[in-house]
Parts: sequence; structure tokens; C-alpha cells
Amino acid sequence: MADEVVLLDLYVSMYGMRVRLALAEKGVKYEYKEEDLRTKSQLLLQMNPVHKKIPVLIHNGKPICESLIIVQYIDEVWKDKAPLLPSDPYQRAQARFWADFIDKKLYDAGKKICTTKGEEQEAGKKEFIEILKVLEGELGDKPYFMGERFGFLDIALITFYSWFHAYETLGNFSIEAECPKLISWAKRCMQKESVSKSLADPKKVYEFLVVMYGL
Amino acid sequence: MASDEVVLLDFWPSPFGMRVRIALAEKGVKYEYKNQDLWNKSPLLLQTNPVHKKIPVLIHNGKPVCESLIVLQYIDEVWNHKAPLLPSDPYLRSQAKFWADFVDKKIYVLGWKTWSTKGEELEAAKKEFIDCIKLLEVELGDKPFFGGETLGIVDVSLIPLYSWFSVYEKFGNLSIEPECPVFVAWAKRCLEKESVTKSLPDQDKVCDYALWRRKVLGYE
Repeated sequence: MADEVVLLDLYVSMYGMRVRLALAEKGVKYEYKEEDLRTKSQLLLQMNPVHKKIPVLIHNGKPICESLIIVQYIDEVWKDKAPLLPSDPYQRAQARFWADFIDKKLYDAGKKICTTKGEEQEAGKKEFIEILKVLEGELGDKPYFMGERFGFLDIALITFYSWFHAYETLGNFSIEAECPKLISWAKRCMQKESVSKSLADPKKVYEFLVVMYGL
Repeated sequence: MASDEVVLLDFWPSPFGMRVRIALAEKGVKYEYKNQDLWNKSPLLLQTNPVHKKIPVLIHNGKPVCESLIVLQYIDEVWNHKAPLLPSDPYLRSQAKFWADFVDKKIYVLGWKTWSTKGEELEAAKKEFIDCIKLLEVELGDKPFFGGETLGIVDVSLIPLYSWFSVYEKFGNLSIEPECPVFVAWAKRCLEKESVTKSLPDQDKVCDYALWRRKVLGYE
């Protein structure tokens, strides 16, 4: 069956990268369409009229929105290879909980580092590191978050790794110094081809932020 | 499964807690309800939800599950013998999750603003609240429920709002039924179900609670 898969995305978006990564894990061929968020395409507005955001996966003409929902969809449709979520309901609930935690907390803390200075920025850095430390605790001594196999929760977090260089440069701090185990995990993930080819170049992320925030 | 131990840490006016009560009722699961004092959190709550320290928390055979939409999906997967909350088709599942997520991101936040803000902020929140309900009306279409013939995850996520309607209308000076008759008709259909009526508190009690909160928070 000739599946038609299109991804509306933004190269530097950590949310878009999650979808690219899931598609790569499953070996799914797709057409990538880069969006300009200042002049959103008709296709984007039509496919995501509610939020008008990327990523949007369009599978045989039907749109799916919200990155974690898309990753779960990909896992269910292309279920014969590389399962992303565990099969046990309790393990699945834990994976979803931590992915939701990342979504609720990490982006906003990172944004503070990029867009503020002085005391406010210090507070942002502290918050950001605290969040990463909680995640490091959850990882423990396991190679990946859910155990021996790379999966859903690794996908949810690893894409933020491409933004670490920008956060470190703008915040003048070292994430590795504070969270060495997490950085080890990130480097382990980066050895996978699906990860290294799906994550944006950290330098390009930094350049993008400099332009976006007028830094 | 023989001798399942199910405990729900909850707070009676919480719409997020109500979602879990409805789901457990739909599935016919017996459980122990433990109402929590959110201003004096119990060791059990702090131990089972150390990250957010919030209700609802479902404790199944000693293992906690947190975040109401995640709890709903867990309940649906474990007690999969009856009353499915999600469809089996992956595309329809993704759409149901999308709209449940929309309810979380928009409806509750805006509803909260209708009783906790004033002036321009209140007027903007009211308008957006009604616009979002209207979007949901379009999504519902001619179906009796978002889940089709039976309650689905979107219905369960959204119907607890009904117990807060009198709060939004009173403090926000809002009139929901004339603006959103399809939505109100849907709500009344949900209220015909025992799983819903036994899970939702009385609107007047919720109003009294909101009045007390407004005084405590200095909105009055």
C-alpha cells in the first residue's frame, strides 16, 4: 500500500524533531515541508486550524497534531517495528507521565534562560537544572528511560539536547557539570542514526534563537 | 482480575478528579475514595505524587498513576472488558486524544478565568471560552456523544465542567445555554448516565466552594 506521509515542521523545533525521530525509528518514508512561522502556509492553517502550530503529520491526507499524540499514532500504525511504548499499561502510564512532565516544565524554563538576564535568568537556570535532575533521577542507572530499549520517553526528551548549546551559551553555564548522567544518556542516544539524523544542528538552533529573540 | 485494590486520592470539587470517578464508574470498578485536604496534604498524597503533589492519584495495587488524562488511558487499558473510552482505530484515537488535550489546554484555564479575573481580562476570557465551546460543538456534530453512541475520553474529560457552570455564569456574568445550545443538550444527555450523576457534585455546593475560594484569594 502506497502510504502518503507528509510532515509540516520547523527545522529547529524540538517538538518537530520528536516526529522526525519516531518516523526514522520506524523506517517510514515521508515528505518534509519546512514552515515559516511568520507566514504560515494555507496547508498548515487548513490542517491545524485549532492551534495553527507545527508539527502536523498528514497521513494519506488526514492530519494529526500535537507531537506526543503524533508519536503515539506513529507507534500504533507502524507497529511491526521498533515499538516505542512498552506493552504493560503501568509502564505506559509512567512513560506518558514523564513525557507530560517534560512538556509542562522544560520549554518554559529554557525560554527564561534565553530571554532574561540577571536574577530572573539565574532563577530560570536553577529551575531548568532542577527539572533535569528530577529526570536524571528517573533515568537512574538504566541505559534508556524505559530500560534496555530506546523509546517514547527518550524521544520526548532527547530533542531538547539540540537546544542545550543555546541554553548554555545564553545562560553561561554547563549542563554537563550539573547533570553528567543525563549528558551520558544523551550521547548514548546520539549514537543511534535515527537520533543523529533527526536532531537539528545545535549551532543553527542558537542562530535561530538569536534572530527570534533579537539577542 | 481477582482482588484488585484500587484507591483514588481526590478532592470533591475537582473536575480532574470527577473524570476519574466517571471512568471507574463506567468500567464498574470498585474503589476506595479518599478525599484530600489540599491545604494540609497527606503523607500518602506526597508519597504517591511527589512530583506535582496534586490530585487525582489512582493507586492500583499500591502503584500510583497521576495526571487525569493519563489515568483515564490507564483505566481504559487495564479494564478493557467494557465501556471503551478510546476507539480502536489509530486515527480516531489520535483525534480523541487531540480534543481531550484541547479541553485541558483551553477549556479549564478559560473557565477558571471567568471566576477569578475582572475587567478586560475577564471579557477576553469569556469570549474565548464561548469560542472554544463552539469549536467543540462543531466537533460533536450530530453525534450523541464525542465517543459516538457511548461516552468516550472527550466526554469524560469535558462533562465535569457542567458542575462548574453555575460558578462561571454567576461570577463571570455569562450565559452559556443561549450561546451554546448544542453543548448544553450534550451535557444533559451525559447527565442521564448514572456514572456521571453519581460522580458530579451538586452545582450549588460547587458554587459555595468557589465563593469561599474567591474570598480566600481576595477576588471578592
